[in-house]
Amino acid sequence: MSYLKPLFRHPKLPKNKLGYTLKEYEGSLSTLCAGCGHDSISAAIVQACFEMSVEPHNVAKISGIGCSSKTPTYFLGNSHGFNSVHGRMPSVATGASMANKDLVYFGVSGDGDSASIGMGQLVHVIRRNLNMVYIVMNNGCYGLTKGQDSATADQGSKSKAGSINPFQAIDLASLAIELGASFVAQSFSGDKQQLVPLIKAAMHHKGFAFLNVISPCVTFNNNPGSTKSYDYVREHIEATSTLDFIPEMPEIKASYEKGKSTKIAMHDGSLIQLNKLETDWDPEDRISAVNALQMARAKNEILTGLLYVNSEWKDLHGVLNTYHKPLNRLKESELCPGVENLNAINAGFR
Amino acid sequence: MKPTNTKNPEYYHKVVDCQYACPAHTPVPEYIRLIAAEKYTEAYMVNWESNVFPGVLGRTCDRPCEPACRRVRVEEEPVAICRLKRVAADNKGDVKTLMPQGPFQPNGKKVALIGGGPASLTVARDLAPLGYEVHLFDEQVAGGGMMRSQIPSFRLPEEVLNEEVNYILDMGIHTQFLTYVKSLKEVLSQKYDAVFVGTGAPKGRDLPKLPGRKEGDKFIHIGIEWLANVAFEHTKSISEKVIVLGGGNTAMDCCRTSRRLGGKEVKVVVRSPFDEMKASPWEKEDALHEDIQIIDNHVPLSFEVENGKLIGMKFQKVKPVYDANGKRQLLPTDEPDVFIEADEVLIAIGQENSFPWIERDLGLEFDQWGMPVVDELTYQSTHPKVFFGGDAAFGPKNVITAVAQGHQAAVSLHLFCEGKDLRERPSPFTNLISQKMGIHEWSYDNGVAIDQRYAVPQAEKTLTLRDRKKEVELGFDVPTAFKETQRCLNCDVQTVFTAERCIECDACMDVCPTSCITFTANDEESELRQKLLVPAENLSQDLLVSNELKTGRVMVKDEDVCLHCGLCAERCPTSAWDMQKFLYSVTKAYQMPAPLPQIQK
Ligand SMILES: Cc1cc2nc3c(=O)[nH]c(=O)nc-3n(C[C@H](O)[C@H](O)[C@H](O)COP(=O)(O)OP(=O)(O)OC[C@H]3O[C@@H](n4cnc5c(N)ncnc54)[C@H](O)[C@@H]3O)c2cc1C
Ligand SMILES: Cc1ncc(C[n+]2csc(CCOP(=O)(O)OP(=O)(O)O)c2C)c(N)n1
Ligand code: SF4
Ligand code: SF4
Ligand code: SF4
Ligand SMILES: [Mg+2]
Repeated sequence: MSYLKPLFRHPKLPKNKLGYTLKEYEGSLSTLCAGCGHDSISAAIVQACFEMSVEPHNVAKISGIGCSSKTPTYFLGNSHGFNSVHGRMPSVATGASMANKDLVYFGVSGDGDSASIGMGQLVHVIRRNLNMVYIVMNNGCYGLTKGQDSATADQGSKSKAGSINPFQAIDLASLAIELGASFVAQSFSGDKQQLVPLIKAAMHHKGFAFLNVISPCVTFNNNPGSTKSYDYVREHIEATSTLDFIPEMPEIKASYEKGKSTKIAMHDGSLIQLNKLETDWDPEDRISAVNALQMARAKNEILTGLLYVNSEWKDLHGVLNTYHKPLNRLKESELCPGVENLNAINAGFR
Repeated sequence: MKPTNTKNPEYYHKVVDCQYACPAHTPVPEYIRLIAAEKYTEAYMVNWESNVFPGVLGRTCDRPCEPACRRVRVEEEPVAICRLKRVAADNKGDVKTLMPQGPFQPNGKKVALIGGGPASLTVARDLAPLGYEVHLFDEQVAGGGMMRSQIPSFRLPEEVLNEEVNYILDMGIHTQFLTYVKSLKEVLSQKYDAVFVGTGAPKGRDLPKLPGRKEGDKFIHIGIEWLANVAFEHTKSISEKVIVLGGGNTAMDCCRTSRRLGGKEVKVVVRSPFDEMKASPWEKEDALHEDIQIIDNHVPLSFEVENGKLIGMKFQKVKPVYDANGKRQLLPTDEPDVFIEADEVLIAIGQENSFPWIERDLGLEFDQWGMPVVDELTYQSTHPKVFFGGDAAFGPKNVITAVAQGHQAAVSLHLFCEGKDLRERPSPFTNLISQKMGIHEWSYDNGVAIDQRYAVPQAEKTLTLRDRKKEVELGFDVPTAFKETQRCLNCDVQTVFTAERCIECDACMDVCPTSCITFTANDEESELRQKLLVPAENLSQDLLVSNELKTGRVMVKDEDVCLHCGLCAERCPTSAWDMQKFLYSVTKAYQMPAPLPQIQK
């Protein structure tokens, strides 16, 4: 087994605006099972960061526990990272963001990490609209602990050992919309054409961007009868639209006919271009997004693509009206009000 | 594109860049791995089976494999393929017992080989084990052809040559040395079943019309004749000031030999610009290192003779001018002509074929340039019994080409003697074996070393210039050789793809360090090449295209800069990728039973 990736790259590898190639965004060689969907999502993150020309040192990756939560080791090797306690990634991400709001935050989690032990944390980070990209690598099982059904396993889905899951699944995308997440998308690890622009758009979204990515566990949940296998997902996938992310384009007024295409302006002037839209679905309307998800569920379809986006809502820093400069860059002179002011404040409480 | 037919042995063969570029198609990575494993004897035999003269070639080969080496495309400098060959030869154990052992059961057929150079010797080696009675004629005192008469001992020690020539002659070859064949007619009258002509390109070009040529004749020599005279010790010294005309490897051997026979101010004067000289870069380097001056862009005008003695030469200065197609013309400059002093001149401006001993009424056709008409596949002349190979067939080339042609001519001679169709040639010997040893373990070392090419050490100039027989290159020592072997990318370990097993998880595409693999909708080749992760712009390298996959896409792999690191196969959950070693041994008249012997130590 190889532990190191050879250092040579294709001599004609394209360079981005910073003069970097993909290599500068890679991490170390994955130790996940060969063929694990999580590796593809890592590759999509690498690709998206490369294409967005982000400075690797301006990115922080935070995760919990699980195979999915191990992946930050395998991408963005030149960025900051924190591998936290099971299900506690949102708290650590919130703290980090409070201290330095200028970084791009990638929260990486699994369906176990988010929908079981970390559920309490997930719902609150959604409510707070923390400015981050939250990716659930959703394989319907606890991969790291050998494949037990997770809370996102569909009712009736068959495990590798042959048992049928009797419980209802938590639909993470619906839940996120319900709780007020400002950017919600769903995708599939095996569809980079969709996943890469979604990640890019999520990085540009100012607020909580939730990506529920179906990511087959080849080792424990890729068997016939599983609803999270490569074959099943490919057969049941239904895209809301195809999509392109267009950074830094002159603003064009969103004018579109239903069922055709639309452009959604992001807060920073970038655009999401959606083509071949499903009719009766408006990505900026929560009700239609929830409906679309419910309709798809009724038809046994897995709805992918951008589901809902709201660029108006303030993110946590906006709500708290924090100082424009990140906390970690404030000097003592800015932080300490001085004896007189302090006395005045104290006097106010007497 | 249609799915690639990997059953065609040429597909995987072409992936092994070095082997494909080698005229004899020596399985390079196979022997490099054996050297790494300290199995020098086996490494030698892999070479011997293919190129017949590993010790000679490990020192003198023109190495067309090296510019082709994949390492050039991913790093810069090729693996030192040639010098590693020498390591096998230098460190080998007993090899003779691994060679075909005579006496061989006679098959009743008799062949004549005219000339004793590498081409003829290869034919002899391939035919003797089949029971042919082989008669070899050469005008020189011993076998080896130009390897003996031309390649100087400081590049190729006589012992090395003798050893490898004798491996063949000891197979029961009937030799007649010091025998110049004066008439092909006479040979043909002697009841040979077939005749092979391997007489080389023995005539050195002269400058007969240059003023002063006749007057200075005593001081002017034809390069290859002079080198032969040195080799056979008829010439033992040269004057202090020497001009060598020409810019090829013969010129390099002439100037370097001159330095050893007393030449102090040795100047190579050449028409073309330095960078465009025919000599290999390493030959030029070695010459410069031996304080030889190379004067480029000078065209000879006259030999200057005073009182019956050569005093030097006059040259015109030229400059290269290139037209839109890059075609070069050498145009005179305004500068005055140049006089260069010299006591002796060696003319090394090329070689020609000459066949004064072949009668023109035998039904053996010659073309307008005086070259025999020879079939490029079968090496048969228009006289069905007479075959050509080596420099005699298509003009001067090099040892490895002579060997390659010898193998093919031997196949033809054998088919001919058996009354078979010469165009229905037996297939090459091929083998494709998985290297999988465990879930993620390979039986080859798949790590990719980033080391740069190691240099071969040389003996001190003060020693080598004193003795023309002192070998300049010392060869790699074992530890350096090992490090150099690790630079080889194992291009013969093929990435074999089985579409039916692929679940399209993208793992291989994601992990591949050099972005070789793309899953995409199929298209015409030119379109497909543009659609890959990194466009496949090196058209000399093939695309491996799979059968259609479940999603309707195809897997396309650009072979161009694949590192053969095996990561695609390691990351593949279904073994749709496998690393399989491809062995390719060119068609030969006598195929050794185990072409690449698995000998135990
Ligand atoms: C100075 C010089 C240096 C070279 N250096 C290299 C090198 O470093 N590496 C390399 O790969 N190649 C080198 N070459 C080229 C290489 O030597 C030849 O390409 C190669 O030897 C050709 O092999 P061959 O079997 O065709 O013929 P040759 O080697 O030329 O052998 C032909 C033999 O036939 C004999 N012969 C010819 N006519 C008759 C006749 N009528 N009767 C009997 N015998 C006859 C000749 O005496 C000779 O011995 C060099 C050539 C020269 C001139
Ligand atoms: C506090 C705590 N409880 C339980 C575990 C055991 N545990 C490790 S990983 C895991 C589940 C991970 O599942 P998921 O987040 O879906 O990740 P996957 O491996 O499937 O990618 C559990 C329960 C733990 N490490 N820590
Ligand atoms: S156990 Fe499943 S989730 Fe974990 S690495 Fe293996 S395939 Fe991926
Ligand atoms: S890397 Fe090795 S196998 Fe590949 S072309 Fe070079 S020498 Fe041959
Ligand atoms: S062996 Fe496989 S992973 Fe390695 S360079 Fe070649 S195609 Fe890529
Ligand atoms: Mg999971």
